[in-house]
Amino acid sequence: MLTTLLLVPIVSAVALLLGKGNRSLTKFSALLQAAITLLVCLGYDTAKSGYQFVYELQPFVPSLDLKYSVGVDGLSVVMLLLTALVTTAAIWLSPTIEKRANLYDACVLLISAGATGAFLAKDLFFFYAFHELALIPTFLLIGLWGTGERQAAAWKITIYLGFGSIVLLVGLTDLFLSLPADLRSFDLEKLAAAAARHAIPASAQLRPWLLLTAGFGILISLFPFHSWAAPAYSSAPTPAAMLHAGVLKKFGLYGIIRLVVPFLPDALKQPVVGDWSAHDLLLLALLGNILYVGLVTIAQRKLDFVIGFSSVMHMGYIFLGIASMNITGLSGACLLMFAHGLSVAALFGITGIIREREGSLSFDRLGGAMKSMPYLGICFAMAAFASIGLPGFANFASETMVFFGCFQSGGTGFIRTATILALWGVVISAVYMLRAYRTVFLGEVPPARTGSSAWADLHGPAKLTLAALLGTLLLAGCFPKTLIAYIKPTLEAALR
Amino acid sequence: MFPPITLEILVLCLGFILLLAESFSNSPNKRTIPKIAIFCLGWVFACSFFTSGNPSTIEAGSLWNFYSGDETALLFKRIAILTTIGVLIISMDYESVVAKFIPSSRQGAGIGEFYILPIFTCAGLMLMASAVDLIMAFAALELVTISFYVLVAYMRGNTSTLEAGVKYLILGALSTGFFVYGITWMFGLTGETHLAKIAVKLAHLQDSDIPILFALTLVLIGLGFKVASVPFQSWVPDVYEGAPTPVTAYLSIASKAAGMLLLLRVVEPFLGVPTIAPKVLTVLALMAGATMIFGNLAALPQNNFKRLLAYSSIGHAGYLLTAVASVEGTHTAFGSVGATVGFYLFAYLLMTLLGFFSLTLVSTQSPGDDLQHFNGLSKRSPFVAFCLLVSMASLAGIPLTAGFYGKFLVFSQAINAKQWTLIGIGMITVAAGFYFYFRVVAAMYWQEPTDTTPIHVSPLSRFAMVALVVSIFFFGINPAPILSSLRSPATALAK
Repeated sequence: MLTTLLLVPIVSAVALLLGKGNRSLTKFSALLQAAITLLVCLGYDTAKSGYQFVYELQPFVPSLDLKYSVGVDGLSVVMLLLTALVTTAAIWLSPTIEKRANLYDACVLLISAGATGAFLAKDLFFFYAFHELALIPTFLLIGLWGTGERQAAAWKITIYLGFGSIVLLVGLTDLFLSLPADLRSFDLEKLAAAAARHAIPASAQLRPWLLLTAGFGILISLFPFHSWAAPAYSSAPTPAAMLHAGVLKKFGLYGIIRLVVPFLPDALKQPVVGDWSAHDLLLLALLGNILYVGLVTIAQRKLDFVIGFSSVMHMGYIFLGIASMNITGLSGACLLMFAHGLSVAALFGITGIIREREGSLSFDRLGGAMKSMPYLGICFAMAAFASIGLPGFANFASETMVFFGCFQSGGTGFIRTATILALWGVVISAVYMLRAYRTVFLGEVPPARTGSSAWADLHGPAKLTLAALLGTLLLAGCFPKTLIAYIKPTLEAALR
Repeated sequence: MFPPITLEILVLCLGFILLLAESFSNSPNKRTIPKIAIFCLGWVFACSFFTSGNPSTIEAGSLWNFYSGDETALLFKRIAILTTIGVLIISMDYESVVAKFIPSSRQGAGIGEFYILPIFTCAGLMLMASAVDLIMAFAALELVTISFYVLVAYMRGNTSTLEAGVKYLILGALSTGFFVYGITWMFGLTGETHLAKIAVKLAHLQDSDIPILFALTLVLIGLGFKVASVPFQSWVPDVYEGAPTPVTAYLSIASKAAGMLLLLRVVEPFLGVPTIAPKVLTVLALMAGATMIFGNLAALPQNNFKRLLAYSSIGHAGYLLTAVASVEGTHTAFGSVGATVGFYLFAYLLMTLLGFFSLTLVSTQSPGDDLQHFNGLSKRSPFVAFCLLVSMASLAGIPLTAGFYGKFLVFSQAINAKQWTLIGIGMITVAAGFYFYFRVVAAMYWQEPTDTTPIHVSPLSRFAMVALVVSIFFFGINPAPILSSLRSPATALAK
């Protein structure tokens, strides 16, 4: 079943590349993927923890236990659900492409296949490899169909992510080689068992921790490594931005929760520079994300940059949840990954629609869009509220859990200060989101654009897509326990 | 079951027969020659799976004590044969260009040898892979080098080819000189030329180790030239650019592979001596670091695709040397350095050959081989563009391709040996590699074509390219067939 889920986008992409099929095939493939994912969600038994729907082939390299192996546990189910929702939304909201439409659709599907594969892989090799599968389609999508400084942005994201993944590769190998020889395996389930036995001595944890945090951190746009994200998202065509900011970035966080948290908990206490422990450095970096990038966001004058930077900023909260190292904070972080993925996808989808109709996203050329596009305006308002963390949306539930988790973790020192500082981030995001909403949707139509003010509101499918994204956010916000039930067993095992 | 030496004998016989047949034939069409050669080499390749193991013996008076037919040698022989087959196919696509630059009175004159010389080179490479005696290694090396002297300068009507030929001749002869001088010193100090016997003598070395290190340095200079490692790389870009494209492919793959194996074999006895080993490894690590940095950084501004591949080939020599320099503590699950180098070279063979296939097709049907001639290739020929995309992705080390697995093995080897400086350099150079390999992709997919004539691909080339793409993906997911064939002897190789 999981293999089918992986094959659907890949087969469709290959068919598109060979010149068979068209946009309908892409849409069908996305819907099929969503349907299968829903079946997996419903079929997953939350009462039992551990991997389900496991399918394995014989090991290719027996000494490494390297094999094609897929399976899902609660955390991956939630991430798969996110992937399927965002993929469907990305394809349905994607503008019509005249230039080489098949290649475009194939690239979008391949990105989705990469994310899906990474989340359902039960083997370390494929977990890593599938994520990289998305690199080339992203490069082509941004370079060919992007807007603005598209080629510079494409180079930046490709080289950054390429560097990040090679750091990650070295980190993963180092982690692997730090394990005692009899526990080495590429199987994530066996690795989790090894982690539960605290297989790596505390003294040997710091180096892999640094490598993995830097490697994953580059992929997630953790503070000093964040500069690729906003330009890439603003130049990328809508579906690429939605998938990348919504889903692919979560791969790094998923990896941290899967590998770093269970294996290297003791690294956090060790000093790195002077008295600063690894934990302090992580907090410093995430404060950089929340406060520094938050302030940078306020200064932006274009809608796509605001949303791009805001997505970088919100990574700080997820890291805060991870830094708490307790079940409340980590559950909050996982829920926030899901919530942020949906809200940022909705925001980028709406941005793409505005760009398609207006040709520019500069604040001084926008205004009064609410008059002609009330539905879009309401959707944007809801997505913006979700992103700020208004009660009712999943973002609120998860951010609350993150903050509670951090206070609960009993740290007397820096973590308490950091949490209090991070709370101000909510104010910052309210400032830029509400301002963006006011500038774009309220007020008067700027005189430069009066001629084209008669925008049509959305057509049916696009309306439905946005409603589905926001509806899921509301549902998950009102009943967060349904998702937490999936996530909790994995996290409990990871923290053991 | 027959002894491994049969393979070399068969290849040599094939070369001689074709040479004779060619000189007595009046037909202006030389295309039959490569077809026969490819067919026969295919058979030799098949035969290589049915050879009896013939580990080298060092008893006095034993005839074959200079020859080792171990599994590693066999893999390198297969690499040599496969490369030769690929090169012959590329040569058929390239024939029109060669013909243009050879002044001849009648049609087809001078083309035949272009197909036959690689067969002799192949025999030389195969012998080199099996050489466990320095004299034997030297003889094999000369067979390879001399045939390359001719091949590099083959298009004698073209000045840049002549320039490449002269450069290769002078520097090649110089490096051979170093190599022979080094052998002489080794013989003078130990009284032996057989590597295993040298290892025994070295273990009981009484005097200062400076003379023997001097000898090793000389040999390393000679081999450094062959594998294109810094600081002996200066010939590479010019020769690669000027030589006929099939010959460039041959130089960059087979010559490097055989040189690498010889390097491993020569260095091995020295690593068994505790006093000498750290010094040798330091030198190798220095060479590896410098080669990675130079090859990858100098490739960044290149606008000619052949020069780009030349610098990339230097860069890959750096990764290979990194694996060699990480020889210590190799008994891990990842296998030993021999397996790493063997797999890396096999992967390198697949992806580079694919790159050269695409290059030949594009350059023979465009005005040149600069990057701008690849503009819009995805519209001119989606097939060739996709093949080149796979090749570049594999060279850059994207997972699910064979190139990634090679890099993974190299890095794990280095991590295991705690070569953190080399790893740091490697991470930066891999990131640089993303830029210059993806420049080709950007040209093919982002730009609009200046010339929209579709590219014609002959059925044989198409078949070979599809086979290469499939094997790149296959060995990128399942490297076991190569690794398992290397495991046993490779552990013996790295002490």
